[in-house]
Amino acid sequence: MSAEGLPARVLELGEELRREGVAVGTSEMIDAFDVLREIEWTSESDFREALAATLAKSQEDRRVFELVFDRFFFRAVEIAAVREDVREGDLASLDELSEEELDALRAEIAEAIRNGAEGTMRDLARMAIAAFARRQEGSGVIGVDVQRIRRALGLRAEGLEVSRPGEEAIREGLPREALRRFEALLRAELERAQIERTGALPPARPLGDLDRALPSGPLADLAAVQRVVAQLRRRLATQGLQARGHARHAHIDMRRTMRASLQTGGVPVVLKYRPRRPRRPEIYVLCDVSTSVTSASVFFLSVLHALHDTFRKMRSFVFIERISEVTDIFEHERDFKVVSERIANDAGVADISGYTDYGRVWTEFLAQVEDDLHPRASVIVLGDARTNGRDPRADLFAQIAARAGRTFWLNPEPQLYWNYGDSVIGAYEQYCTAFECWTTAQLEEFVKALARPGLAF
Amino acid sequence: MRLRMSTSQAPAHDSVEDVTAGLRAAGYLPSESTALVCLLAIRLGKPVLVEGPAGVGKTELAKTLARYLHRELVRLQCYEGLDEAKALYEWNYRKQLLRIQAEASGTGWEAVQEDIFGEEFLLARPLMTAIASEHPVVLLIDEIDKTDQEFEAMLLEVLSDFQISIPELGLVRARTHPIVLLTSNNSRELTEALKRRCLYLWLDYPALEHELEIVRLHAPELSETVARKLVEVVGMVRALDLKKPPSIAESIDWARALLLLGAADIDEQVFLETMSVIVKHRTDMDVVAERVGVKLRSPADVG
Repeated sequence: MSAEGLPARVLELGEELRREGVAVGTSEMIDAFDVLREIEWTSESDFREALAATLAKSQEDRRVFELVFDRFFFRAVEIAAVREDVREGDLASLDELSEEELDALRAEIAEAIRNGAEGTMRDLARMAIAAFARRQEGSGVIGVDVQRIRRALGLRAEGLEVSRPGEEAIREGLPREALRRFEALLRAELERAQIERTGALPPARPLGDLDRALPSGPLADLAAVQRVVAQLRRRLATQGLQARGHARHAHIDMRRTMRASLQTGGVPVVLKYRPRRPRRPEIYVLCDVSTSVTSASVFFLSVLHALHDTFRKMRSFVFIERISEVTDIFEHERDFKVVSERIANDAGVADISGYTDYGRVWTEFLAQVEDDLHPRASVIVLGDARTNGRDPRADLFAQIAARAGRTFWLNPEPQLYWNYGDSVIGAYEQYCTAFECWTTAQLEEFVKALARPGLAF
Repeated sequence: MRLRMSTSQAPAHDSVEDVTAGLRAAGYLPSESTALVCLLAIRLGKPVLVEGPAGVGKTELAKTLARYLHRELVRLQCYEGLDEAKALYEWNYRKQLLRIQAEASGTGWEAVQEDIFGEEFLLARPLMTAIASEHPVVLLIDEIDKTDQEFEAMLLEVLSDFQISIPELGLVRARTHPIVLLTSNNSRELTEALKRRCLYLWLDYPALEHELEIVRLHAPELSETVARKLVEVVGMVRALDLKKPPSIAESIDWARALLLLGAADIDEQVFLETMSVIVKHRTDMDVVAERVGVKLRSPADVG
C-alpha cells in the first residue's frame, strides 16, 4: 500500500464500518486522522489500536471493528499483491504425506491451538491446507473446505462448560476461542489462494450475526430495548408529565428558615429545605413469566429492566398464578442477568400448577395497590391472556382500568392467534388498549402510538 | 490552595514506549493499547472513555497517569443525583450574605451585585477546579454511568470546549488543558454525543502472563511458582459465572495475604482458608469452593 493511498483506505474503512452498523461520524473520521498523525502507523498493532480508539466506541463496536479491519486490509493487501503480481511459492510438495506424517501434523496442530500461538497456527494452517485440500479437489466454497479440513484434522472443541466437580475429565477438546482463530486462519489462507488463482477479489459478504455476537453477550437485544424505552421516556417528557428537573431540587422551607434566621439577627444564613417526600409511583407493570410465554419473557423482563432504568416512579410485578412485587430487585440490581436469575429463583410466583391464573392475579393486584391507583397512574400488562380455562374475571380488570388513568396490554402473540383457544384478550381489550408486541420494532410502534393525542398517559 | 506536586518537568511522553516506561515506573503495567490510548490522550488532549468490568484498574490508571506526568489529580466521583452545584461550581451563599451585611447601607444594588458575584464568592467544584487550575491536571470523572443523562449533556460543554458558562460571571475558559479520563462500568448506555467526543479504551481482565507480572510487581517477595499458580487459580475463578469475579486488586491482596501466611504452595487447604480475599459473596463462595477447590486437590491425590 502506498503512503498517499492511506487516507483513501482509512476513509473506505470508515465507510465499510458504517455499512456494518457502527456509528462512524465525520468527527470520528477527523479524530482518526488526528490520531494517525501522532503514531507510527507502520506498526500494525499501533495502527489498529489507534483507529479502534477513535472509531469503535463500545465493546460491540470494537468486535465489529476487529472483523471489518481484518477483512478490509486482508482484501486490500491481496488485491495489491495481485496488481503487483506478487505470488507465493507453490505448496504442492506436501501432498504425498504418509499416514504417520499426517498424524504427526494433527498432533502438532492440536498442540499449537492449545498453546494459542498465532504464528505457529498460521504456518500449520497452510500446511494443513496443502496436506488435505489437495487430496480431494477443493469444493470451491471456502466455508465447506474449512469444515472439511477441520474434520480431516479431527479437531473437536471442548465441552461448553466444565461443569460439576466429578466431570472435569472431559476437558479433552480444544479451547473454543483458539479453535475459532485457527478456522479463521484456514479461511484466510484459502481465500488468499483463491484470490491468487483467479486474480480478482470475491464479492465482500456482510458480517453474519453469528460473527458479530460477542462471545459472552446474549444481551445485545437488551441494548435495543433500552434504546426504544429511552425514546418512550422522551415522548412522555414532551407531554409535560415528567416533573423532574426543577422539582428534583429541594425547596426552601420558608417558615423554618425564618425561624432559624432569628439567631443571626434576621438574616437567613442557614437555609432550611423542605424534605423531599417520595411521590406515588406512576407506572405499574404486570409481567407474565409463566411457561406459555417463556420465549417472550426474556424480552418482557428486558423491557421491564429498561423501564426501571428510565422511570423513577414505577412499581413492577411478575405473575404466574400469584403476583409478586419485584420493584426492589430491579432497583437494587442493575445487571440484567442477575435480575432475571433472582426473579426466577426468589419471586415465588408459581403456586401449584404453574399455569397463569388471571382472576387471582387481578384480585391480588387490587388488594396490594388499589389505594395507590389514581388517574395519573398507568398500568401496563405484559402477558398472553391465556387463562388455561380459568375464569378471566374481566370485571376485576375493569375495576383496575377504571381506577388507573391508562391501561395498556402488550401481548407477545401475533394478533392472528388472539381469542383462539384459551386466549381471552377480547374480554380485557374492551377496558384497555392492546398491542401485539414481541419485537423491538413493535415496541417502537407502541411508543409511537403512545404519542398520539388522546392516548397519552 | 491545595498541596501541589512539583511541576518540575514532566517525563518524556513522545512515543508508546515512553508512556509504557513512565506508567511502569509509576507502578502500573499498561497493556499496549492502554499505553497507546494514553499517549493519544496526552498528545491530542481528547478525553478518554475507559470501560471495563469492575476492578481492572480504570481508576488506578488515572491516578498513575497523574503521578507519571507530575500532575495533580482532580477526581469527580459520580453518583445518581449529582448536579451542577456539586460538579461545577456553587455560589458561596453565606459569604455573599455576610458581605451584604458588612457593606455600609446606602451602597447601590448595582455595586453590591457586581461585588457578590465575583470569583471570590465562587466555590469551585471538581470540574471547575480542573479547568481553572494554573498547572495542567488530570481530571478523573469516575463512574459516569451512575449519573443521569442530563448531567452527561452538561459535561459536553466542558469536555469539548473546556469552558464553563456561569450566567452571572460569563464564560470561564480553561487556563490549562487537563487530561480527562471518564470511567464507566457499562451499567448504562452512554449517549452518542458523549462518546463522540472521547477516545475509547476497553480494559479487560489481563492475560495470564500480564497479570502475573502485575502480581509480581506488587508482591515481589512471593515466589514465582506460587504467583503463577495464584494467577491461574484467579483465572479459573473468573471463568465461573459469579456475582462478582475477583478483580486485579483482589489478586494482589491475595498475593499479600499468602505472603503474610508464609504459604509455600496453594493447595486445597490454603485455598479454602484464604479464598475470602478474592470471593466476596456467600453464594459465590459455595460455587468456588466446590469447583475450584476440587481441582486443586486432584494433583495431590494422583501424586
